[in-house]
Amino acid sequence: MDINKTDIPEVAPSFRLQWEEVQDCYVVLYPEGMVKLSGSAGEIMKRINGKLSINVIIKELETTFPENKLEDDVIKFLEVAYANGWIRNK
Amino acid sequence: MPMVGLETNKDGVSPPLWLLAELTYKCPLQCPYCSNPLEIAKYKDEISTEDWVRVMQQARKMGATQMGFSGGEPLVRQDLEELIQEARHLGYYTNLITSGVGMDEARVKRFKDAGLDHIQISFQASNEELNNFLGGTKSFEHKKEMARIVKKYDYPMVLNIVIHRKNIDQMRDILDMTVELNADYVELASTQYYGWSRINVDQLLPTREQLVKAEKIAMEYQEKLKGKSKIIYVIPDYYEKRPKPCMNGWGAIFLTITPDGTALPCHEAGQLPIEFPNVKDLSIQEIWNDSPGFNHFRGFDWMKEPCRSCPEKEKDFGGCRCQAFMMTGDAANADPVCDKSPHHQALLDDVERIGKIAAKEKNMDVKEQPLIFRNMKNSKKILKGESKAELV
Repeated sequence: MDINKTDIPEVAPSFRLQWEEVQDCYVVLYPEGMVKLSGSAGEIMKRINGKLSINVIIKELETTFPENKLEDDVIKFLEVAYANGWIRNK
Repeated sequence: MPMVGLETNKDGVSPPLWLLAELTYKCPLQCPYCSNPLEIAKYKDEISTEDWVRVMQQARKMGATQMGFSGGEPLVRQDLEELIQEARHLGYYTNLITSGVGMDEARVKRFKDAGLDHIQISFQASNEELNNFLGGTKSFEHKKEMARIVKKYDYPMVLNIVIHRKNIDQMRDILDMTVELNADYVELASTQYYGWSRINVDQLLPTREQLVKAEKIAMEYQEKLKGKSKIIYVIPDYYEKRPKPCMNGWGAIFLTITPDGTALPCHEAGQLPIEFPNVKDLSIQEIWNDSPGFNHFRGFDWMKEPCRSCPEKEKDFGGCRCQAFMMTGDAANADPVCDKSPHHQALLDDVERIGKIAAKEKNMDVKEQPLIFRNMKNSKKILKGESKAELV
């Protein structure tokens, strides 16, 4: 799908993002299932709150992790997240 | 119960992720394919609310994230709302697995207030007559009404339909019904032959011909409903050549607690000649990490040939221990579903025998044998050792 960077994504209603101490990572929970997120995926997902646009999320991440050019990776992850239904546009 | 994206347990003990609470074996339905043990009448004492709360706290502390409230019919338990609230408060993703019988709008609202995340409703068939016959109760219209209310309260909804010879030819109607009810997920759960379905297998196993047809229809709907509804269809493993990676490995992610507090690595394992601990005696941590029952089939050292030297052993863990036990008398044998198992031919012979029964039924050469319904009366007879004929 085409991702518009002014879109404001939110976590879809049947999914829940949660930090798990034991697993030491963010997880996405849904009916009878769970996906463990990598460190970078977790950093992206935790900023998806129905308030920040994709542009703002990318800027925030590039401020926090200035050594990397992140835009392509963020877009790639968002494509996966949209396709799995974890997130949707507000 | 898919846990996508998880690393499976190889040899070390990783924490439980799935806590399944079989709150009670009481149930207003009598489905002849119920996965509960045949000995349901034996379970008179149910553990208390406090016991369940302690279990949930201990498992959560170890890292469990998914919590299923099941049964029997979990709605029978009057403390269900309280347990849901506690589970949600602890940070579980909470799943209610129900027939919908015993539910009304007021209760759905209370579940919402308690923080319940998801409701799964089971249907027996796509029409009133067969649904009510299989469930042994008049429930079809009520189930549909409950499905509408579940959606009204904005829950993600899973519709679960157990598939077998009596309803598999309705596949298209079943899927149309799930579309009409706006299901988010549809589980077309092929009957697994344990417990009650095992004693009814001659009447329940679909033929290969039925399967092929049903699978085609399911795939057509999977394609058509992409993005709207996720359809999960697993064919009965009697028709496979490799076994399922049962429970993702013994004591790897699943923890079931039965109504009397017995802890099991899977809800069928109670039938094995293994001693399992009770939550009234031990903590979940002790049960999971140290009890002989939970360590019995961990790792690969317990395996016999052909599993021991099999390159696929880390993929399917030798299949299902209960199936191996039921069909070979030894739970450490390879699951006979595997065509490397020396017992595989016996399974094929059995499938062929059942296929002949199905063909005769179809041609009206024989009268259909009655199903043995899952109820306390039949369970008591089974406990007394009465024969199959006396159960009907």
